[in-house]
This record gives sequence, structure tokens and C-alpha cells, in this order.
Amino acid sequence: MEKNVIFGINGPVITVKGSTEFKMMEMVHVGRENLVGEIIGITDEFTTIQVYEETTGLRPGDPVTGTGNPMNVLLGPGILDNIFDGIERPLKAIEEESGAFISRGSQVNSLDDKKKWNVSVKVKAGDKLSGGQIYAVLPETEIIEHRLMVPPALSGEVVEVKPDGEYTLFDTVAVIKDDLGVEHNLTLCQKWPIRTSRPIAERLSTNIPLITGQRVIDTMFPIAKGGAAAIPGGFGTGKTMTQHQLAKWCDADIIVYVGCGERGNEMSQVLEEFSELVDPKSGRPMTDRTVLIANTSNMPVAAREASIYTGITLAEYYRDMGYDVAIMADSTSRWAEALREISGRLEEMPAEEGFPAYLPSRLAEFYERAGRVKTLCDCNGSVTIIGAVSPQGSDFSEPVTQNTKRFTRCFWALDKSLAYARHYPAINWMDSYSEYFNDIDPWFNENIGPEFVEYRTRISALLQEESSLMEIVKLIGADVLPDDQKLIIEIARIIRVGFLQQNAFHSDDTYVPLEKQMNMMKVILHLYDRSKEVVAKEIPISKLLSLGLFEKLNKMKYDIPNSKPEMFADYIREIDEKINRIL
Amino acid sequence: MLIDYVGVKEINGSLIVIDGVKGVSNEEIVDIRLDDGTVRQGRVVQIEGERIVVQVFEGTRNISLVNTKTRLTGHPMEQALSPEIIGRVLDGAGRPIDGLGDIFPLKKMNINGTPINPVSRVYPTNYINTGISTIDTLMTLIRGQKLPIFSGSGMKHNDLAVQIVRQAKISGATEDNFCVVFAAMGVQKDVAEYFRKSFEDSGVLSHVVMLLNLSNDPIIERTLTPRCALTIAEYLAFELDMHVLVIMTDITSYAEALREFSSSKGEIPGRKGYPGYLYSDLASLYERAGMIKGHSGSVTQIPILTMPNDDITHPIPDLTGYITEGQITLDRTLQGQGYYPPVSVLPSLSRLMKDGIGEGFTRADHQPLANQLFASYAKVIDARSLASVIGEEELSPIDKKYIEFGKLFETRFINQGFYENRDISESLDLGWELLSTLPRNELDRIDDELLDKYYKG
Repeated sequence: MEKNVIFGINGPVITVKGSTEFKMMEMVHVGRENLVGEIIGITDEFTTIQVYEETTGLRPGDPVTGTGNPMNVLLGPGILDNIFDGIERPLKAIEEESGAFISRGSQVNSLDDKKKWNVSVKVKAGDKLSGGQIYAVLPETEIIEHRLMVPPALSGEVVEVKPDGEYTLFDTVAVIKDDLGVEHNLTLCQKWPIRTSRPIAERLSTNIPLITGQRVIDTMFPIAKGGAAAIPGGFGTGKTMTQHQLAKWCDADIIVYVGCGERGNEMSQVLEEFSELVDPKSGRPMTDRTVLIANTSNMPVAAREASIYTGITLAEYYRDMGYDVAIMADSTSRWAEALREISGRLEEMPAEEGFPAYLPSRLAEFYERAGRVKTLCDCNGSVTIIGAVSPQGSDFSEPVTQNTKRFTRCFWALDKSLAYARHYPAINWMDSYSEYFNDIDPWFNENIGPEFVEYRTRISALLQEESSLMEIVKLIGADVLPDDQKLIIEIARIIRVGFLQQNAFHSDDTYVPLEKQMNMMKVILHLYDRSKEVVAKEIPISKLLSLGLFEKLNKMKYDIPNSKPEMFADYIREIDEKINRIL
Repeated sequence: MLIDYVGVKEINGSLIVIDGVKGVSNEEIVDIRLDDGTVRQGRVVQIEGERIVVQVFEGTRNISLVNTKTRLTGHPMEQALSPEIIGRVLDGAGRPIDGLGDIFPLKKMNINGTPINPVSRVYPTNYINTGISTIDTLMTLIRGQKLPIFSGSGMKHNDLAVQIVRQAKISGATEDNFCVVFAAMGVQKDVAEYFRKSFEDSGVLSHVVMLLNLSNDPIIERTLTPRCALTIAEYLAFELDMHVLVIMTDITSYAEALREFSSSKGEIPGRKGYPGYLYSDLASLYERAGMIKGHSGSVTQIPILTMPNDDITHPIPDLTGYITEGQITLDRTLQGQGYYPPVSVLPSLSRLMKDGIGEGFTRADHQPLANQLFASYAKVIDARSLASVIGEEELSPIDKKYIEFGKLFETRFINQGFYENRDISESLDLGWELLSTLPRNELDRIDDELLDKYYKG
């Protein structure tokens, strides 16, 4: 006679009657196929469980067994270059087990326990270790060294170490005795509950930018390492493209890409592209530094809710080793919708638009897990969160966008009309903002040059002016404007077409180093300054425009290779020559 | 052991509640026999101990608390499948209604399907030539894609769908391995008839599986229709290695059926009364398009939806757009001006296009040309809105050029005959011809090399 059995079933939510032994957030196995579930509600009468897999065919009376542990993930070598579903089950292994369609109750180990890793042990018997300290390292991929850390709650004295050599995931490489005299085996892996953030020594200020090679982001709205950014945009505005570009090019050591309730074909595209793409720094495929979490929109909704936490936990684990990690969550709205869906099944009282009242606190919890920190092993590491938001009806006033805005300091608003005109990245320069300027401007001054910040300020002022001029143009046409204002419109056009717009499919333009970004701004502003002289002498602007300089600058992003910054001097010279001629 | 449960406890809309049921499984199908001898089918949607909630597909009319006997069938909703299904006409729940007898099933599959493992998917890169300039050039349809048509009542989405079916050239598809699965949800009889007749005229009827849930058919059955259709499509594509084009019309009726079901179940409504799980539900349909490793077949979906009040931000088109890989949007003004197909190019998009066009697929100039056409046409719209304020006469010369370009673009590029089949290079050349009416320095999306080759201004 089994003790805990299913009583009721409603979509992905099941109830068990009269049980007292389950804990909140405990992971359970449901039914004869051992589907994975989590306890989400307990009353003296009913225990409520959300099931991470399809519940078709479950019957009342089927067994429910507890695991005693909260929902957790296995952390160890083999995470990189892998693709998981929302609860860290490896999709490649599932494919081998059940073919192209995902079957239920799969009992595949999260990480490969057969593979041998070449471990070098870094401690010796008698060493005192505390939680988070490194006891061994191994090369996980060609470029990433995996550092094995003592689980945060554990500390004590090393009593035994194994020699360097090849070990599998669950082999013991060291034994540690805690203060109570209990011995613990240290293997190559550890578990961590996904809804709890991993402990750190202290938070550091976010004063280093995450360099992405995307001009509109790096110059206009930069994000710091350890920061959080939101990319809201209606469908077709290029959220996913922007996320892909950032995942490919940003200068983080590790990328965690969470496809949360998005398209299956997109995930296969990421898989294909990333394995073909070569990381410019290491010459190795991008997949060597990437983890993918794919919980597509047709996969179970409860696992979609968990996928975000799984992703951030993996990110924190690598951060603790001292890496800079960037996590792309595409899309957090799907995650919020999963919350809403489950909340509805639980018949909770809805707040705005049917979302549960705890939506803001959940979002806050998630974004607070970003940060640049001093880790327990005394390294510096960071987790940067870049979350896509898919506002309903492209309306930024909806709850998910609004609440996300409160917890992120960078807001890259994607704009439908820009996307319609195929201006990509369609980041609207009037609606977007970054609050990291004060934190990271000193870094720019020191590493790129003090002009960088100055140029940015001038560029955004010009765009600002153009925007107010366009109001007039929309009413009475451009012809009536005086020449100095026409000039602003022409220069702003170069800024928009030649600078902000960036071609992700062009071999040079897809990633632009900061120096080139600065030089491009310099040339554009130089043209502006010289043109002002022309206008001041009351020479008609048409004469200026006929010099061909404006067209030339529009195309300089393609014409000047990233490797030839010296060509910018030629541009400045050409501008001077041609303008001197008409002055 | 088969037990008949007599009577029901509660009737609410299309739902009935039965008490004292033992051994039932979630989503199980039940047979409900009325005392006049008719049999209806239902699906278990909720279980609470021995109390179960059953959704009756044919509706609950004539059911009383005492006149039914309900029997569990022991399995979830399944679709009978065999190669003979091609050419048949089925009802909304996948049962034959063409009088040719039952389908002898070689296989039965759960209509809910199972999600395709993302690592098993093949990223679609082969384009489908539809012979329609706007679609081929600006929002190329790719084999294995899901590309909906966003339309409105009274617009020519049906004609467009028929023209696509008639002209579509799928690479790798021949007479023998191409077929169409057509699912009608809540459409009128004459619309269904129009499709049948058009398939017949274009000689594809013997390759079509039709599922018809007409507007007067039971609403709950409508929630099954696309699932049955996609189960058939998956069977044909991944077991028989065929290239399947799935046309589903009208998704709006489907979503409304879902809303009706949800509200009778007493669920907490989300936006506009649609259930909170509308996104996941639609995704469970659309995500069944694609190709998988080890099979040469493909499922390409063209769902049609009529946007209520032509509003693209309405939850149905909105959520659809977030799941599908782009959209073909139709525009009432264009249709009013007599252009066919009235494709509104700016809000239309194909996300998979970039990897299925260009050198080796269509032509090297395809992508830059498409970008430029989009960018230039966006300027046409700006110029027009300016003209509506200050009058066309007052426009600057360049804006006038754009107005002219816009006119040409609409009359020659967008506008095309119902029987006109343009091949891809014809469409691309036409695009260049139109762009050549603009000054060369306005074409800022194309590099000089291509301009030298194709620009004839």
C-alpha cells in the first residue's frame, strides 16, 4: 500500500490528500513513470504539486514519492557545450534514449558520469578548507578551466587526497573532515537548489563595462559586468537577434543562453550557429564557452518556470570559479506567463492582467542575482543578466515590462517602426537608457580615452535635437528649416544610418571594437564641426551635400575594416580638403 | 472491466461532472451514450478524487442528469492513421465524413503529440518558391517554417492561401511526396467548398487531407481539429517522409472555442477573457512545424487568422506573432485600392528567410535588395504622411520621388494576378527596376558592387 497517492489532477497541477511529510519546494516523483514535480502548496488537507512534464494518463491513486530535497541542479564538469531542458536534463542524451520526440519520465543523469576528466588536485592532506575554496581543477573545454569548489556549507580539514589523474563525475578526489569530525567525500560535482542564490564573500561595484561590439549598446547605452538589462520589444523587432549578437560577441567568459518558452527552430539555429562560430579570442568554437537551456514554448509550462532559475544557478556556479558570466534569458515574459498559468490553476487571486501579485517580487529576486562579486575563493566574478521582454501587444505599460524596468538599470527599448524600416538593432535611442554611465565612465576614460565619453554626449545631444526638429518637419516639411537645422538633420542621419545601424550579417560590422566605435564618432563629429563653418559662411547646404562626404560616412562602417584604424585619418583629411575647397 | 456510469452530477456549458468514477486517467476519452441511442465523446479535463469533469465534444444539448451512461475507453484522444488517409475528408475530430468508410488504422497516435527535442530539429534553410513577388522577395517562406497570414474579415486570405498551394515549389518535393493538410475551424460551408474546388481545379485534390469543422459544428470539437490535422501531418512527414503543407483557418475561431471552454470550466481569464494558457496552447500547435534529423519530410504551416477589428495587438495575432517565425500581414487599404494580394509589406516578416536565401539558394543580391525595398518603402510612408499635412505639391523633390516609387511599388510589385506565377529572378529584377527610379545615393543598404551590377538609374 503506497502512502501518498494522487487525488486530483488539473493540467500540470496535481493534489495529494492528507499527507504531512512533504516540505515546501521539495522535489517529488509523480506517477508510475516518475515524472518530476515540485511541492508548491501545503494545507492540512491537500498538498499541491506542479509537475514538470505532460500529465496525460496520470490516474488518481498513482504514487507520489518525495526526494527530501528542494528542486536542485547538479553542478560539475560537462555543463559547458551542453544543452539542457528547463530542469537540467540533457537533451542530447534524451534524444539518444527516446528519439526525436521527448518522452516522459526520462531518467537520464544531468551530466555525463562516464566521461573521464583529467583532474589536478590543488590541496594536500592537512590543509584547512572552507566553503567555496578550490580543491581541484580540470580542463572542461579547451578554453575553460573548471574549478572544483568545496560546497559552500562545508568546511574542515583535508584528510585524504587522491593523486592527479583521470576521474569520473562521482569519483572521490579528496576527503574533508568537518569540525564535528564527520568525513565528507569531495567528488567532481555538487548539488545546489535552484531557487536559492549561491553565497558570496562581498559585492563589488559594477565599474567595468561588458563590451559587446554593438555600437548602439557600447556607446549609447552601455551595460556593466554584473549589471542587468532588459530588452523589451514586440514580435519581429529583433529581441532574439540582439540576444544572439550579444551571446556571440560580448566579452564574458561564459555564456548561459536560456530559451524560455521560445521557438524550437531558433534553438536549433543557436546550436548550429554557435558550433560553427569561432570565438575570436581563443580560436575555439563558441560552444566551448556556452551552455544552452532550451525549454521551447511547447515543452511543459512548469519546467519553463524553472528554466530561468536553472540558468541563473549554473551562471552563479561559474561566477564562483572567478569567471565573468553573461546570462541571456529569452524571454522573461514567457516565464511570467508560466507563473500566471500556474497561479491560475491554483485559483489564486489575480493582480494586474491576470498575473499573480507576487510577479514583481519574483522578478526582483531574479534580477538581484546579477552582480559583480568577490567569491568565497577570493576571486572576482560576475553575472550579467540580459532579459528579453515580450510585451503584450507591444505595449510597454504592461506589468512585466513595467516591473522589469524597476529592477534593471539598462533598458534597450526595441521599436517597431525602426524594425519595419529594417533598422537593426532596432534599439530606440529616445526611449532607451542606461544608468551605468557614472559607474563605468571612468573605465572608458582610462582605457579608451577621455574623448569617448565626450563624443557620446555630443552624439546623443544631436539625436535629441533631431528628434525635436523632426516634430516640425512632420508638420511643415524639411524645406522651410534654416540651413543650420538642416545640417543637424543630415548629421543625425549619418549617426542613425552610418553609426547606430549595424549589420549583423556583415563580417566586419557584426562586431566593432571600441576604438573603431570611437573613431567613427570622431569622424562624424569632425564633419559636423567643419560643416558648421560652411553654414556659418552662408554657403548653401546643397553645395555641402554635393561633396559626397555624407554618403561616404554612411558607408564607412563597411569600407573601413576593423583591422585598419589608420584609415580614419584619411577620412578626416578628405573632409578637410573638400570643405576647405568650398570655404 | 467496463463499467457504465449512469447519470451525471452537474452540467455546465460543454462540461459534465460525474461522481464515483474509479480508475480514470487524465485526458482519457469517454463514450457517453444517451438513452435515445446516440453516442457522444468526451475528454476528462479535471479529476478530484472520484469526481471527474468531462468536456463533451458534441455539446451537452439534450443531456439531463439521468439520461446518460458513460464508459471510460482507457486511452487518450487518438487519431487513426494510414497512408490511405491522403485524399480523404474528415470531420473536426478526425473521423471520415466522405462516405468512403472508416480509415483502417495502421497506427494510432495521441493527438496532443509530444514536443520535438530541440537538438533533433534540423534548422530549416530551403526556401519555397511561391511565385508571389512580395512573399518570395521580402518574406520568403522556408520549408519547415510556420508563417501565418494575418488578415481580417472580408480580405483575400483564402485566395492567397490557395495561390500559395497551387504555385508552391518545395525543393525536394515531387508529385508523390507532396501533400496538403487542410484544417477548417469554424469556417463557413462555402469557404470550405471554395478551398475544395480550388484544390480540385489545380489538380492537388488527390494530395489533400481535409478536416472540416464548419461554423455550425460543435465548438468543442474545434479545439481538436488542429491537433488531429497536425498529428496526420507529422505522420505523413516523419513516418512517410513527405513534404506537408498545413493550412489552418481560422485560428481566431479556434481561440474563441478555447475561450468558451475555459470560461465554462470557471478558469481565471487572462487578457480579453482568453485563458491564461493561450500562449502555451497556441505554441503546442505551431511548434509542431519543422524538420527533424533522419527524416527527409517536413511540416510547413500556414495558419490563417482574421484579426478582430484588424487589430494586430489583439491577443490572438499578438501571441501568434511571438510563436511563429514571422507573419504575412494583409492590409485593407491596399485591398480597397484593388491590389491583390494586399500584402502589407512593412509589418510582414519571415524570420527564417536570412538563412534560406542569397547565394546558392536564390541570388546573392536578394538580402540587400529586400532590406533596401523595406527601407525605401518605409520612407514612402513617411513622405505620404507629410503629404497629407502639407499637400503633395509642397514636398521636396526627393520626397516626390518616393511618392512615385511607392505608387510603382504597389501597382507593379505588390499587385499581381491570381494566376500569375513569377519566378524568383523575375521578382528580384522587378525590385531592381523599381529601385532604379530612386537616386543612387538614396540606396544606403546596398554596397557599391551590387549597385554597379544592378542599378540602372
